[in-house]
Amino acid sequence: MQLRINQLARIEGHADLVVDLEKGELVSCRFEVVETPRFFEGILTGLHYREVAGVVSRICGICSHSHSLVSLTATEDALGIDISDQTRLLRELLLCGELLQSHLVQLYFMALPDYLLLPSLIQAAKSDRTLLERALRLKKGANAICEVIGGRPVHPVTLRVGGFASLPERKELLQLQQHLRNLLPDLEETIDLFAGLDIPLFSRPVSNVSLQGDGGYPVFGTHMESSDGAVLPVAGYVGQINERLVAHATAKHAEMEGHRYRVGSLARLNNHHQGLAPMAAKVAAVLRIGPGEENPYRMLLARLVEVVHFVERGIQLIDRLEDYDLAPEEPPLPRRFGSGVAAVEAPRGLLLHAYRYGEEGRLLEADCVIPTAQNLASLEEDLAGRVPEIAHLEPDEVSRQLEMLIRAYDPCISCATHLLRVKYV
Amino acid sequence: MNRKRVGFFDLTGCEGCQLTVLNLEEQLLDLLEVIDLVEFRELMQDQAERLDIAFVEGSVVKPAEEERLRAIRAKSERLIALGACAATGGINRLATLHAPDHLWSSSFGRSEPLWEMGTPRPLAAVVPIDGEVPGCPIDGREFVSILQGLLMGQELEIPTFPVCAECKLAELPCSFEQGAPCLGPLTRSGCGAVCIRGGDVCRGCRGEVDNPRSGPYHRILEEHGWQVEQVLAELRIYPHQADGDDDAAAD
Repeated sequence: MQLRINQLARIEGHADLVVDLEKGELVSCRFEVVETPRFFEGILTGLHYREVAGVVSRICGICSHSHSLVSLTATEDALGIDISDQTRLLRELLLCGELLQSHLVQLYFMALPDYLLLPSLIQAAKSDRTLLERALRLKKGANAICEVIGGRPVHPVTLRVGGFASLPERKELLQLQQHLRNLLPDLEETIDLFAGLDIPLFSRPVSNVSLQGDGGYPVFGTHMESSDGAVLPVAGYVGQINERLVAHATAKHAEMEGHRYRVGSLARLNNHHQGLAPMAAKVAAVLRIGPGEENPYRMLLARLVEVVHFVERGIQLIDRLEDYDLAPEEPPLPRRFGSGVAAVEAPRGLLLHAYRYGEEGRLLEADCVIPTAQNLASLEEDLAGRVPEIAHLEPDEVSRQLEMLIRAYDPCISCATHLLRVKYV
Repeated sequence: MNRKRVGFFDLTGCEGCQLTVLNLEEQLLDLLEVIDLVEFRELMQDQAERLDIAFVEGSVVKPAEEERLRAIRAKSERLIALGACAATGGINRLATLHAPDHLWSSSFGRSEPLWEMGTPRPLAAVVPIDGEVPGCPIDGREFVSILQGLLMGQELEIPTFPVCAECKLAELPCSFEQGAPCLGPLTRSGCGAVCIRGGDVCRGCRGEVDNPRSGPYHRILEEHGWQVEQVLAELRIYPHQADGDDDAAAD
């Protein structure tokens, strides 16, 4: 029997799933990435350092802020530019907005229909609009952060190397904070809803890799760590993360020290549950999700805990910004044109950009390590591990459960393809 | 009244224009009252046999995408390019400025092509289209007004004056006076000069305005001491008519 789903729905980008079974035995299972490569590393070459973040933003509409922010940080590292605390706080707030936006779209629009046995939330709204309305209200709060700080929800316009080209007004920040507080009733409803979902039982131990939190929950950072205890400087990623080409994907599969690993919400939660904000920590306890969680289907719940965390964190950050009299800053000038590396926790996990600049500030070489590409090896092994457990079910149910597993990883295919460099050993 | 059957499709791009549609929030709820949303892969599993209006995001690159686009064209009454990648080739056209072996070796570590690839092209290079929603990404408000027009059977209209006019109306400081080159005088408006409002400059993502008045633009450049080549070297992010149909990309 062959099970084949072309152009999987409710994921970002283009991928097919192919499972071959012979007399109930798994012959092969492939998550085929069919997205067209766009050669971003190649097209960045020659760009002026001021233009790089705006171009890499276009790698992905869903993660445009993460790509912009990590790009600016890598460029600043390469140019010897320091940023102010004001810039650091605003950037973290912007990242909260994107994490929320991406997680909410995934949870409500992409994942939930599988559990409610609906083709889409939009279909469901034909009879009852409660869910769609709530999803859009929550999403609007996330977008409000991106609008106020980044200038618009997709592809920010206010960011620049060394700081911000325009700043939010105090009044806008306070309105934004109130907007975030107003999301709490909808969040409670969301937690009740997800707590009641019938999540398949499945166990696949794997090592979890995230940035080290700077005392708190990780967002930006200079070191990455794995749940096996390894700590590595971001700047020394070359040789630690290896990517290999596989025949059936235009994206590559990443391994660390020869092992598959997982990045993203569950990895962050696993490694840094103690850094969760108070309400998020309570929600994690209620949903019984924390360190040692081995069921990849339950990544949904880790994402939901993070939604609560990043709403709380957004409220806190605006409090802290209140202590600053936000004032325009002159963009600092480059002190050198060299190499730089930076990493950020994007919605789907550890995202790393490395650049080398030449004279006149034009980019010579770029390398980007994408969360989804890091998760592909783990995802494929999970699928192969799951098939034998459910092979006796009806084909429709087999494909539903496999699609649920794929969506639990929230793959972002636009990002994953074309961006990993193969290192031939 | 029969609701119009509307669908969203994506070829090669970032899906940020479709996300901008989802970001309409309450307005999306209102739209769902007047259209029948029949296909939107990122959000739905449904596939439609016939559509009144198809919005297609992304550029055409691979032969398989040409086929897919022709199939969408065949089942759609009207086909609209959604965003810059579909309308002009957008940021994907940057690949045409580099040699194929450079692109393959930068992204995949080897200079020989791993798959058959084509040049990133706008939809209109493959099938006739009935209009475009410009921008990278599209502007949500403009999308709604274009969709409203289409629902009422009107011809699709987009602004015929440059971003510069919107910028002046918003009383934003001129980029040139801040010492930065800007493509606002040549670029089709409709975005509310959002980039300039955010402290940035215009890079022309919405494409050139009809009959751009290059005379006055050259005078502005001269006044501020800029050469055309310099401006293009700084801001050559989106395809420019002057680039022509350079097909030196990753064939």
